[in-house]
Amino acid sequence: MLKLLRIELFKIFKRPRTYIAFGAIAAVVILFQVGMKFDGKTYLDLVLNNVSDSFEVSDEFKSKLLNGYFICFAILNILLIQMPLLVALVAGDAIAGEANMGTLRLSLTKPVSRTQYMLVKFMASIIYTLLLLIWLAVLALFGSMLVFGTNSLVIFRSEVIEQMNSYDVMWRYFAAFGYAAVALTTVSALAFLLSVFAENAIGPIIATMSIVIVLTILSEFNIPIYDKTVKPYLFTTHMVAWKGFFYVQADSDNKTIDGTIQNLPAILRSMGVLVIYIVGFVGTAIWIFRRKDILT
Amino acid sequence: MVLLLSMVLLVNAQTPDDVIKNVKAKLDKVNDYQAKGKMKTNVIFIKAPVANVKVYYKKPNKLRINNESGISFIPKGSVNINLGNIFVNTNGFDIIDMGIEAKTNLRIIKLLPRDENSDVVLSTLYIDESQSLIKKATTTTKENGTYELHMTYGKYADYGLADKVIFSFNIKDYKLPKGITFDYDDGSKKKESPDKLKDKKGKVEITYSDYSINKGVPDSIFK
Repeated sequence: MLKLLRIELFKIFKRPRTYIAFGAIAAVVILFQVGMKFDGKTYLDLVLNNVSDSFEVSDEFKSKLLNGYFICFAILNILLIQMPLLVALVAGDAIAGEANMGTLRLSLTKPVSRTQYMLVKFMASIIYTLLLLIWLAVLALFGSMLVFGTNSLVIFRSEVIEQMNSYDVMWRYFAAFGYAAVALTTVSALAFLLSVFAENAIGPIIATMSIVIVLTILSEFNIPIYDKTVKPYLFTTHMVAWKGFFYVQADSDNKTIDGTIQNLPAILRSMGVLVIYIVGFVGTAIWIFRRKDILT
Repeated sequence: MVLLLSMVLLVNAQTPDDVIKNVKAKLDKVNDYQAKGKMKTNVIFIKAPVANVKVYYKKPNKLRINNESGISFIPKGSVNINLGNIFVNTNGFDIIDMGIEAKTNLRIIKLLPRDENSDVVLSTLYIDESQSLIKKATTTTKENGTYELHMTYGKYADYGLADKVIFSFNIKDYKLPKGITFDYDDGSKKKESPDKLKDKKGKVEITYSDYSINKGVPDSIFK
């Protein structure tokens, strides 16, 4: 299995297209950081517009707010919605790519079961996803900390502003990145499942992108009828639960309590939903693949 | 006997002008100060930790609150935390005596600025006459609503400086479109107090631990 996994990883990282995602992430992060460095205060004016009537919003306040933790959160807010599309590039190619090149039949002549073969393929996709996330963490978190320094993290939610002490932030990022790994693995599993049906990688990649886009839009719809009927069952609704690690418990005077999370059971529930999806997608992919006539 | 007591009280009673003069004299002892303190912000839409702050003041009305270890949401009009600010009015003010508040035994005096362009419309002071200390002040402004101050005094009472100040101020609604924030709905219910008016008020509480009085504060601090 391990040898097979090594071969799969070699194949993934030999392909130039694998590095498109790394390049895209680096481009987005660096462009965002440069923009924030030179014009971050204008960006902040948009979110601070609501509080500037009641509170002092000086340039010094804005520059303190624009610290590495804040920049990283803003980047994750943008990128973790788009990143599933990058993850699909590899997972969608896992089986369909082999079928397209005509190597699938040859691969299955090895003394491994189809289940093992599929599991190895999926594990390779997970490793790629994790590396992508580590790359994002290095650039967005540590890069921003280096360029912008650290301070308290302030998060502007729709109806609440959350503030946490700088020493209470790092563990939240580790937890959030851990959660993001599960969320992206769900997309990877979906692309992997679709990959079984196709004989060309483009199909599953585009299909995954379309499904993620449609469901994300549906998750963000402000239509009450969907809130309890549709949204709780969409994996895209639960993919944003990484943010829950930055929602802090507060006492009756709205004083935040260090080291707490507002609703940990909800995050764990969301994670449970994603794990069910992963098992469902991968299980179905294996089940179909085991019964499939491999003609290429 | 009752008549005699009343006469003694009348003889000893201070005129509102005297009360204000005594309070002002006490506050005038302070040219500048810097103080360390802990600041607690209580606003319905802000969840924030207690901040360690440094408060700088310089006559006549310069005040700055610095959170050196982090970020703090400082309310507009926080300069009013400094009581001396009430008396900063170039054209002076008319004084109206409202008598003694029965429950607290504090003298209530209203100040009406004579300057028509002054942002402050009215200040109501609740004064402990015996110590010449303002215990509570309500200031109504043209632009920024009404501010309220509650003071608790300790070892710096001789300078008219409080150990604890609670500053209440008006807040406006806060809302950002969900399309920008992409919030995660964790099912937690939005905190709402039964008193809607209370939601429109914010509170900042500063508990001072140490004052350094009349040792000089550079102007650069206030820039």
